[in-house]
Amino acid sequence: MSDALWMPARFAVLALFFAGVVSLSDWPRHRSVPEGVGVVTLSFSHGADRRAACRPATEEELARLPPNMRRPEICPRERPSITVEFEIDGKRVFEADVPPSGIASDGPSRVNRSFELPAGSYELVVRMRDRPGDDFNWQGAKTVDLRAADHRVIDFRADGGGFVFH
Amino acid sequence: MTAARPVERRNDRAALRFAKAGLRRLYDPLERGAERLFSPALNPVAQLGTITFFLFWVVAVSGVYLFIFFDTGVVNAYSSVEWISGPHWYHAGVMRSLHRYASDLMVVTMVLHLLREFSLDRYRGTRWFSWFTGVPLIWFLYVSGITGYWLVWDELAQYVAVVSAKLLDVFPIFGEPLARNFLTPAHLSGRFFSLLVFLHIAIPLILLLGMWIHIQRISRPRTNPPRLLAALVLAALVAVSLWKPALSQGPADLTKVPDEIGIDWFYLPLYPLAEDWGAWSLWALMVGVSTMLAAMPWLPPFRRPPAAEIDLPNCNGCNRCVEDCPYEAIRLVPRTDDEPFPHQAEVDPDLCVSCGICMGSCPSSTPFRRQQDLKTGIDLPGQPLSEVRDSVVAASAGLSGERRVMVLACEHGAGGGDLGGVVAFPCVAMVPPSLIDFILSKDLADGVVVAGCSESTCYNRLGVEWTKQRFAGERDPYLRKRVPRERLATIWASPFETGRYEAEKAAFAAGLPAQAARKPAAAQGGDKAMEAQP
Repeated sequence: MSDALWMPARFAVLALFFAGVVSLSDWPRHRSVPEGVGVVTLSFSHGADRRAACRPATEEELARLPPNMRRPEICPRERPSITVEFEIDGKRVFEADVPPSGIASDGPSRVNRSFELPAGSYELVVRMRDRPGDDFNWQGAKTVDLRAADHRVIDFRADGGGFVFH
Repeated sequence: MTAARPVERRNDRAALRFAKAGLRRLYDPLERGAERLFSPALNPVAQLGTITFFLFWVVAVSGVYLFIFFDTGVVNAYSSVEWISGPHWYHAGVMRSLHRYASDLMVVTMVLHLLREFSLDRYRGTRWFSWFTGVPLIWFLYVSGITGYWLVWDELAQYVAVVSAKLLDVFPIFGEPLARNFLTPAHLSGRFFSLLVFLHIAIPLILLLGMWIHIQRISRPRTNPPRLLAALVLAALVAVSLWKPALSQGPADLTKVPDEIGIDWFYLPLYPLAEDWGAWSLWALMVGVSTMLAAMPWLPPFRRPPAAEIDLPNCNGCNRCVEDCPYEAIRLVPRTDDEPFPHQAEVDPDLCVSCGICMGSCPSSTPFRRQQDLKTGIDLPGQPLSEVRDSVVAASAGLSGERRVMVLACEHGAGGGDLGGVVAFPCVAMVPPSLIDFILSKDLADGVVVAGCSESTCYNRLGVEWTKQRFAGERDPYLRKRVPRERLATIWASPFETGRYEAEKAAFAAGLPAQAARKPAAAQGGDKAMEAQP
């Protein structure tokens, strides 16, 4: 048979194979959360105050430093952990001492947790302590009406008054 | 087709040997079927690497075209893609589909290419370089595709963004967790989107560089499929693009969870696993598999016969072995002895696979030479020319009957497993054409079968092609015109095609003139041949 007569068959085989590949490019569908479920995400990045305040450097300390690195004050970089608690309808679902980030432990503490909840109304309470003591110095509470596939976010802005419910 | 004879694997683990044999059982019928339908030259199963290159260019060209219409800002990205696929479906929409489906096919052809090279044991020894440099290409291809899905900023993009951020946030390298960029619409950053656009252009360029490095250690690398095959691939791609245009899945909305999405199972099969297993487990899987793949050439290393060696008194630096070596293991260097030639050949043992193609290409490789210790310009210490000549003489002694057929077989093809009257070689192109002349003119056999690998699956890449060209008088060293072609047959058959091989060999033998009818002429020709040769 002439080579040209084989062309439709060759094209058909390739097109069929490609059609199979193309079908798998968006099928079968994937469900990332169960049906009738929404998600609440607690996510913020916040650094506690540094462990110690700046203090004047002593003469000995300055002498040990190279001339270009001599500063009148020594400021410890390290930050303490923050403590976070998150309750949904009075039940504690998250509780952690979150360490600071960074090699020198001088970065902010980071929290990023998601909670899948069936659609419904929930009382959300979140607390945070970022300084010594037993009391939580930051707290936020809100009743949210969560629908299926909703995504609600709890953020924190120290300069914006504390916890923000989106 | 009859029961397969497993190709001998040197120094292999049993599990790997079985895996390769199992894969060959799957690939061989595909290869042979495609060979029949497309012809050996156009066989797409034997062109998986070149097709992957071609698909890359389809993705690149369609990507450049789409970039003209794509709005790189996060606010308008989705609407610009909708404009592409909606009102302008007939040009930009088709290009979008080509861009996406060619990318999907790149994953498919890459995986098929990897498995095929593994099944043919083409990843150990000298071939480690191509295999090893291919492993990072898998990562670059995936990252290229994933960043592309991100840019559309539809529901799938949102899912990709959220899961990718979770995967990357386990490493403490970002000042602010990436996931915080995708919390709410207010958190979404246009600058982050610009970074993604940059990555989606830069990473494919790195991929291209990697693909170029991937083929550096082989001579005459093919980076383009035959034009006809390329045209067929492109036509089929356009057809499926028109049949099922690539579409977005609704705009991303960070106040919602993309709960049910059509996922691209070629690029994102691990994303659902990331949700179930957690980021660390998935990273462990990906790094573990990549490390294992990269280490495979040495698990265990390939023990090959000694590399080819140059015999300077017989080498005139003619360059034929350099031209024919499939792995760039030979080069010409300035002469180091007093012979009146400017160059001599030099073998790099680290690159030599001991296929013997160079011996077959050397004009000195003629068994007619009357020397006590038969030498040639370049020889295989494991199977030197003198031993080859002795082998054909010994094989001739075992032949009987009116139509004696000697087989010169590639050990990787169907003929390599034949019994009686067979001399096996690492590659048929190791057979100097003068050896066939020698066998027939010395009446060592009534006919010669040269049995190689299947036509489009030469184990040593170029052996089938060189053999055909030498026999056709298109490539040095030629098969002399005086060799009666009706007494020579070539059979290209894989180890799984022993049935066809036997049938073609029997048909060839049956068609040979009987010995008694030919004897006087042959004997006369043989004597003349001996006189004519140096």
